[in-house]
Amino acid sequence: MSIQYETVIGLEVHVELATKTKIFCGCSTAFGGAPNTHTCPVCTGMPGSLPVLNRQVVEYAAAVGLATNCTINQHCKFDRKNYFYPDNPQNYQISQLYEPICRNGYIEIDTASGTKKIGIHEIHMEEDAGKLIHDEWEDCSLVDFNRSGVPLIEIVSEPDMRNAEEVIAYLDKLRLIIQYLGASDCKLQEGSMRADVNLSVRPAGSDVLGTRTEMKNLNSFKAIARAIEGERERQIELLSMGRTVTQETRRWDDNKEASYAMRSKEDAQDYRYFPEPDLVPVVISDEWLASIKARQPELRTQKLIRYKKEFDIPDYDANIITSAKRMADIFEATTAICGKPKKVSNWLMVETMRLMKEHEMEADELTFSPENLAKLIQLTDEGTINSSVAKEVFTKIFLENTDPEQYVEEQGLKTVSDEGALKEVIRKVITDHPQSVADYRSGKEKALGFLVGQTMKAMKGKADPQAVNQILKGELA
Amino acid sequence: MANIISDEMIEYVGILAKLELSDEEKEQAKQDMGNMLDYIDMLNGLDTEGVEPMSHVFPVHNVFREDVVENADERDKILANAPAAKEGAFKVPKTVE
Repeated sequence: MSIQYETVIGLEVHVELATKTKIFCGCSTAFGGAPNTHTCPVCTGMPGSLPVLNRQVVEYAAAVGLATNCTINQHCKFDRKNYFYPDNPQNYQISQLYEPICRNGYIEIDTASGTKKIGIHEIHMEEDAGKLIHDEWEDCSLVDFNRSGVPLIEIVSEPDMRNAEEVIAYLDKLRLIIQYLGASDCKLQEGSMRADVNLSVRPAGSDVLGTRTEMKNLNSFKAIARAIEGERERQIELLSMGRTVTQETRRWDDNKEASYAMRSKEDAQDYRYFPEPDLVPVVISDEWLASIKARQPELRTQKLIRYKKEFDIPDYDANIITSAKRMADIFEATTAICGKPKKVSNWLMVETMRLMKEHEMEADELTFSPENLAKLIQLTDEGTINSSVAKEVFTKIFLENTDPEQYVEEQGLKTVSDEGALKEVIRKVITDHPQSVADYRSGKEKALGFLVGQTMKAMKGKADPQAVNQILKGELA
Repeated sequence: MANIISDEMIEYVGILAKLELSDEEKEQAKQDMGNMLDYIDMLNGLDTEGVEPMSHVFPVHNVFREDVVENADERDKILANAPAAKEGAFKVPKTVE
């Protein structure tokens, strides 16, 4: 009988914090600037420059720690991690090894077999590196230090996960918590959230950990799931051939669905950490910690309870709406304007979700304003436009944040409720479709639907279907 | 000298620090490092009972900046320090992981 293996997974998640400036200097963290336009002597590692810690980084890191049930280390400090790489201008990264800001937390995830606690070993603050661009024409690389010094927190989990589903549930939960806190937008594709997967296998039932590998370059949930499956199989194959797993860092190539070892043996990973002499310790007083706690925004669990009480919307709706911070924000802002929570919820759950799927968008990419959605709900409720026109208008709002009042006016989409005009069209439809008229009169109800459809078509969708129905019935009686 | 640095150790430290040392320099570095370790051993032998651990030489903590953008684009000045530059970036030998 072949041995059954269990997979043991721990994650190191890097999250870029949503500060306006870098961790140790007053350079902007804005995305998309031309190379090196957000740099200064500090973040390019010029001799003699000195780092000064951004207070907001401590606040965000502590806020994430509190929201993930960590103990906040009220005395913490920074250390230097030494390594040479051109994206690292100082030849060291300022990080925290000995006294990280948060320790011993956990979050709860939902799995097929119920709720499971995933331990958080620690959360530490550190700086990001620059970006290397490989020149297409010359045999050289170009370094852009705009990202150098952007604040990161690294969240190190315990090896508590056993399969890809648990890993994704953990990442999803973590992302949602951090987004709700406003500490980061956590976009995997854009790299504001990055997950390194530490994976080992062991015979099922064993409580000894196997040799692990670390997998990097995972920038989507799908890639993470594939990489976990691929690495599990690779390790099991090695072990079942009587070979051993080497502890190493591997890079996942999602196109090839395979990984390869990143560093050769000669390139020892010996970071020679030592206390950072250029930064003084951070002391988080009880008062400061209490004020961070007090400013903690409402998280999803609390929101769910409030939505039920305040807006009286079904649990199902509340669950979907709160599954993304952006969605919940739109819901609350729109409801505040129009006062119709269920209608707002319907637009978000049906049309918004459909269009997001069609355009392969995430909730945080939604750009339409609550004002325009509220106006659309108003237009529909007043009967100014009918529901099918409303859907068409919503697509415009969704894509271009169009003002619906102006758009309806310009495109002449108002429902025609003038009975005289409607009657004229209906009479023509009746004359043009004698067979359907005969069918209806002989008791085929379906034929009425067809005639309503034809009328709506002739009206280019701008009639009130109920009025059409009534007039048609009257004309056919 | 109680601490003897081996040839392998000095070779390894040289690789980590990206230093190419001549045989003469290696011998000198071995001496220096041995002396430093001896000094640390001496410190380790001291009675520190009741002395609070020091994490920084200055009795100062919480030196912060507020999260406000202070630096403008001074790319040209920054790049003036680069040994080589191209297209607004520092130009370095081709580096691929």
